Amino acid sequence: MSTGGVGTAFGEALSLILAFDHQVLDIALLSLRVSGLAVAIGLLIGLPAGACLAVGRFRGKQTLAVIANGFMGLPSVVVGVVVYLLLSRSGPLGDFGLLYTPSAMVIAQIVLVVPLMAAISRQVVEDAWRQYAEEFNAMRFTWSQSVRTLLHDCRYSLFVAVLAGLGRAMSEVGAVMIVGGNIDRSTRVMTTSIALETSKGDLPLAIALGLVLIAMILLLNGLAFVVRNWAMRRYS
Amino acid sequence: MPMFPVSASRLRFEPNGHAVLRGLDLVLGGEGISVVLGPNGAGKSVLLRILCGLLEPSAGTLRWGDYDHCPEGVAMVFQQPIMLRASVLENAALGLIPLGVARRERQASAWAMLERVGLADRARDSARQLSGGERQRLALARAWLTRPRLLLLDEPTASLDPSGAEMVERIIREVRTEGCKIVMTTHNLGQATRLADDVVFMASGCVREHVPVSEFFRRPASEEARLFIQGELPWQMAF
Amino acid sequence: MANGILKRLVAAAALSLVALGAAAADSITLASTTSTEQSGLFGHILPIFQKKTGIEVKVVALGTGQALDVGRRGDADALLVHDRAKEDAFVAEGYGAYRKNVMYNDFVIVGPTEDPADIKTAKDAGDAFKKIADGGKAFVSRGDRSGTHSAEQRFWKAVDVNPVGQTWYKEAGAGMGPTLNMAAGMGAYTLTDRGTWANFKNRQGLAILYSGDPKLFNPYGAILVNPERHPHVKKALAETFINWITSDEGAAAIASYKLGGEQLFFPMK
Repeated sequence: MSTGGVGTAFGEALSLILAFDHQVLDIALLSLRVSGLAVAIGLLIGLPAGACLAVGRFRGKQTLAVIANGFMGLPSVVVGVVVYLLLSRSGPLGDFGLLYTPSAMVIAQIVLVVPLMAAISRQVVEDAWRQYAEEFNAMRFTWSQSVRTLLHDCRYSLFVAVLAGLGRAMSEVGAVMIVGGNIDRSTRVMTTSIALETSKGDLPLAIALGLVLIAMILLLNGLAFVVRNWAMRRYS
Repeated sequence: MPMFPVSASRLRFEPNGHAVLRGLDLVLGGEGISVVLGPNGAGKSVLLRILCGLLEPSAGTLRWGDYDHCPEGVAMVFQQPIMLRASVLENAALGLIPLGVARRERQASAWAMLERVGLADRARDSARQLSGGERQRLALARAWLTRPRLLLLDEPTASLDPSGAEMVERIIREVRTEGCKIVMTTHNLGQATRLADDVVFMASGCVREHVPVSEFFRRPASEEARLFIQGELPWQMAF
Repeated sequence: MANGILKRLVAAAALSLVALGAAAADSITLASTTSTEQSGLFGHILPIFQKKTGIEVKVVALGTGQALDVGRRGDADALLVHDRAKEDAFVAEGYGAYRKNVMYNDFVIVGPTEDPADIKTAKDAGDAFKKIADGGKAFVSRGDRSGTHSAEQRFWKAVDVNPVGQTWYKEAGAGMGPTLNMAAGMGAYTLTDRGTWANFKNRQGLAILYSGDPKLFNPYGAILVNPERHPHVKKALAETFINWITSDEGAAAIASYKLGGEQLFFPMK
């Protein structure tokens, strides 16, 4: 990159944001929709799964907890390839024709964020469970009643799991590139655009897009922080 | 309402070989308030947990009326009751969840119960804002709401100020008059004389005395009980 | 409360998944190469095609080898790739219904402007490769089974050099763009198609040092993925595209794409 490249990039990023560049806006919105949906669905799976790991008493519980922890860093490329093989026309789910659609990207990102959210949820719920277990047992809670009550009680702490999932989903490139195909105006998201501009050698534009992405993630985190604080104040 | 006269014989509890209960014999009637007294480490809290079905005795027999396992209708209030991050009302209704009561009905019953324990005006507040005394009253309401026939109280007034303790005692008496059997531990001998029908004195994992309250304080049968009443056995905390 | 929120969440998630899945009615998936995508050709000709036919062409840009794999699995309706030998095999094995000539561009050898291997004076393309090998000058290979990688391997073979494992020979295992980024960063030689080079911005000290040998010509073919093997292939739509891109109209569209005043692709019509 030429000297002052980063400066150029900042300028370009600013002008992209200020100009509200139509194409960049579409791409950013797709990123939000895909990752937001993946996190929303992943939350419905990951949080209860983590809570079950914390509360349940069954064989292999420790193993599952270790797996969930380990899979927090699941390589997104591997997830991409596996989901690709599943969704490919020659794969077991090929009849749905989902490959190279936003839905395929959502599915891959669900696989990425579920272990992450489950691991965090397990940790958070386990801490609460240690305090509550005896009294819940005295009240004869079934384990599913315990799981539901604990999830509700830990809702503010579980925000962290949601944010972590969102950050992971929005910043990964390996999986969406493979299963989405980076198709213009169809499956091109922020990260794949950045990869594309980098490979075209347009590093300033790549960094500018990167700055837009980082700004989006920061904005979401800030928003979540405000909402969480507001909600927490209602119930100390 | 059927009663659960508790009868235990040669009850032992020795987790990992460490003996906490060493052959405890006890028969409790189906009514009234039994106060369990005794020095630290006597096994009072463990006894309550076994009566609640939370701990499994290592040996011996234990019956709740006709049951040989802890039946429904046994409730327990802990020394530090949990407060969920929710309203006082939701916390009071918590005990009804396992009974399969619908949410709307849970809250209606909880309202009525909060009025009886004097917390109705705090119903919408966060439970975590309550003082220690209010928390105990909430926990009592939570347990009472499940219409227990045997209610176990572990140090219900420990660390409460006198007025807080007095309100808790008033509620305990009220629960008793509804025909619920109460077994409670305390370190407050004044409270024992005010509430107890009978006193169970424990030491070293055994029941040393089980007599009507007046008899216990007037004529303690054992040397240990005499020392205990005089305050010469170790306390958990001063009163 | 928790229950109500949960139900609403599930419903919203299900709805949005359906909404995301809904694609335009008339569209085909075209597996193609990074060279055509990154040179900007598709951005120029596909809107012309869509305006005429209403068919949206979704381009997945990969190396030729990967694109052929995607076709083999039935994950694309048509292919536009550049590796004649592999394309013919693809059709012969029954994965493709047929292949049609579309256009060609040419490969160029780029390298540091100082030209340490002195390939500017090479007699032909083979000689240029030989000079790089003899001088042991750094060369970055795609190393990704792409059409460009195949072409490069043919040149080494023609001059009897086996570069794999040599210290001066780096296999990027990446697309054309990342490979050019690597070459620019290292001051190394590499083989690239002219289109990607023309659109590449991070040149640093690189320049075209050798071009023009007819052996460097790089033909592109369009292949219809065999509908008999993969019944879901949108045969009619895909054929509309292949017929258009090989027609006079398609040829004119290809020829009219210029970058910096230079025509990059030449229709074979």
